[in-house]
Amino acid sequence: MTPELHTTSAAPSGAAGAAAPVISLRHLSKRFGGAAALDDVALTIEHGEVHGLLGENGSGKSTLIKVLAGYHVPEPGAELEVNGQPVRLPLAPNRFRELGLAFVHQDLGLIGDLTVLENLRVGDLSSSRSLHIRWSRERRAARETFARYGFDLDPSALVNELPETDRALLAIVRAVEEMRAALAHDQRGLLVLDEPTVFLPREGVQRLFALVRDVVARDASVLFVSHDLDEVREITDRVTVLRDGRVHATVATREATEAQLVEMIIGRSLAAHHHTAPERPAGEVTLAVRNLGGRTVHDVDFEAHRGEILGLTGIIGSGFDEVPYLLFGARPCQVGELQVGGRSHPLPLMTPRAALKARMALIPADRQVDGSVGTLSVTDNAMLQVLDRYRPAALRLRRLRADTHDLLERFDVRPRDPQADYESLSGGNQQKVLLAKWLQTRPEVLLLHEPTQGVDIGAREQIFNLLRSEADRGTTIVVASSDHEQLAALCDRVLVFGRGRVARELTGGDVTKSRIAEQALNSSAGTASITTEEPEV
Amino acid sequence: MSAKVAVQRYALVGAWIAVIILFSILRPDTFATTANVQNILGSQAVLLVLTLGLMLPLTTGDFDLSIASVLSLSAMVLALLNGENGWPLLPAIAAALAAGLAVGLFNGACVVLLGLDSFIVTLGSGTFVAGVVTWISDSRTVTGMSPQLSEWVINNRLFGVSLVFYYGLALAIVLWYVLTFTALGRRLLFVGRGRSVARLSGLRVGPLRWSALAGSGLIAALAGVLYAGSTGGADPTSGASFLLPAFAAAYLGATAVTPGRFNAWGAFIAVYFLVTGITGLQLLGVDSFVQQLFYGGALILAVALSQIVRRRAAGREAVAA
Repeated sequence: MTPELHTTSAAPSGAAGAAAPVISLRHLSKRFGGAAALDDVALTIEHGEVHGLLGENGSGKSTLIKVLAGYHVPEPGAELEVNGQPVRLPLAPNRFRELGLAFVHQDLGLIGDLTVLENLRVGDLSSSRSLHIRWSRERRAARETFARYGFDLDPSALVNELPETDRALLAIVRAVEEMRAALAHDQRGLLVLDEPTVFLPREGVQRLFALVRDVVARDASVLFVSHDLDEVREITDRVTVLRDGRVHATVATREATEAQLVEMIIGRSLAAHHHTAPERPAGEVTLAVRNLGGRTVHDVDFEAHRGEILGLTGIIGSGFDEVPYLLFGARPCQVGELQVGGRSHPLPLMTPRAALKARMALIPADRQVDGSVGTLSVTDNAMLQVLDRYRPAALRLRRLRADTHDLLERFDVRPRDPQADYESLSGGNQQKVLLAKWLQTRPEVLLLHEPTQGVDIGAREQIFNLLRSEADRGTTIVVASSDHEQLAALCDRVLVFGRGRVARELTGGDVTKSRIAEQALNSSAGTASITTEEPEV
Repeated sequence: MSAKVAVQRYALVGAWIAVIILFSILRPDTFATTANVQNILGSQAVLLVLTLGLMLPLTTGDFDLSIASVLSLSAMVLALLNGENGWPLLPAIAAALAAGLAVGLFNGACVVLLGLDSFIVTLGSGTFVAGVVTWISDSRTVTGMSPQLSEWVINNRLFGVSLVFYYGLALAIVLWYVLTFTALGRRLLFVGRGRSVARLSGLRVGPLRWSALAGSGLIAALAGVLYAGSTGGADPTSGASFLLPAFAAAYLGATAVTPGRFNAWGAFIAVYFLVTGITGLQLLGVDSFVQQLFYGGALILAVALSQIVRRRAAGREAVAA
């Protein structure tokens, strides 16, 4: 982690050389109504660089990308050059393809019910006039394509059945292949990756980065949009930080520390980054798991205490992410027993209803599918668990809304509009609503899975604080996460899973990002015999 | 913004009024008469009841394509028991309702216990029930029912409108209340919009879906009883003509009052908008096939409108992001 010494200035690195920038954007402004979403933004992406785009939600990142995709019409006066050639703005829809721009968004844009091959070739096949598709030749070509990028995907597999990492890789390969088809040999394209890693496990991120490096070396520059500073620092050459619609700074990545980046993004430094886990006196045991076995995990035993924040982590496939769902009865459990609230529950018979009765709550990672109904209002979503307090047979709607407003105030959800559609909120605010929904039921055990996924950095800190004060109030909190930084900032104790079992327990001064990361990697290496640290009885 | 919302909410009411004005100008002597208004309100209350019942499974995210057959079944059971076998009216009505409830419970069992798709299950059970109706009736029209039922349903009038209209109105009020002002209504909505969320929030997803399908079976049977009362008998096939109008009205109703949700007042307005349009066209002397054109067109238009509404909402978000 020692910073390398560099004498170069903040100018783009040498690899770019004499070639014209892939993208050169100047004087880009965009107003919605009276509000400026982008204000005189300039962005230059050099040949062969990975350029990071950072900023809080609402800083203008998505607007900028949507201008490049031809979705938004910028204010007059904006100038765009692609590979040195001036291009007239606004871009017609789909014009970006001809210019060699390709976008991969968080949702990847794949069709789950179709095969890998059909997804890969969907662009060509849809415009092909051929009456007979020679599938065997297509399959062979797809295999060759994947081999060129150094991985092995079965072209006949259904996309739904692929691990998330493979899906992301497929989406990127497809984008790059389409881009290459649109460009001449000496031309370079731009691949825009819009938070592609959000739903990926750590190991998947590494594979994705390897692919990105490959693409940058051969075909295109990359604009990388992410909230994850570690990833940005790892993969990008330069970063542009947007704040309130303006370019706050463009710097060479290696010359900025993480703390500096954070400060650039939010304009203040975060206490969380200096947080060390305080030694709390262990309260009584509130949650005990015995002999838990699910799809991946087996023979898992652990306990958690009143007022404790317990982290569960590991690399992909270690099974840690399964645990909250098994304890809550949300997924079928093979074997195991859960003691909570003075009662013992056989886990194979657990249901969410029984878990709720035992004063447990689960905030799942997939907010859109498991956590909320986006098309219903904030009130509907936040108050679902407490409707019985409002005369269920004759709901007091006005009081319901007023109380929701208070709740939004208390959890600092913006905007404070109880009637707003849930899906119109930003990721961070959506998560705060879910916290409000569950915390008002006063759970004794709160289970969370990736609680700050897709959440901007300011909201992340607020969510940490909410969880800490909830723990101070005596709630037992179990956080399953692959974000080691988050666990270090939040947890009193971390259990590291390896090969489906608890492989390590980190406490006190060991709860640091690097220790967690190191243990997670070690615990899966499998060379050394792993001694499971039994929790104290 | 709020003006926009108001336009959206009451566009259907506006369209209804426009249709009324148009036909009143074209046919002042036959359309714009008290008798015609009373006729319109009374004659299509059966459709209103059927549509209201259909809203329950639609709210929980399930289809019920068996409602029209259940309507026929209930009318036929009632006509056979009361008209031919001499059962007293009330037990015969109870049996008719029980038959509808049984079909609804069966649909629910297949959907909830076996995890089958409601579209397919109710398509199958609807066809099956239609076969049963033809079988038990010997393909005949059955009459000879106690005139008492027709008194209760169609002959007795309040402000000149048949009582059947008020039954439909009362049911609309009940459903409006349940879906808007009870926790049950919210729970049904969550079950329909987000199964997984509902389950993880501890809702009894299976029983709620099951009750909604049972409810639509029961209410369809009620519609059958009212239909038998309106026509004074039962025939094995005419009930089938209610299926599409009920879907058209439910979807059209979901674009009004509370846009994006199946709601009772939207359904009420949609039913009478459709009926007014058809009655007006008939008074203009248009052929009877126009009814099918009108209902089919309205269903597609309704679904298209709700899609446009959703897309516009999505557009607003994109701007906000």
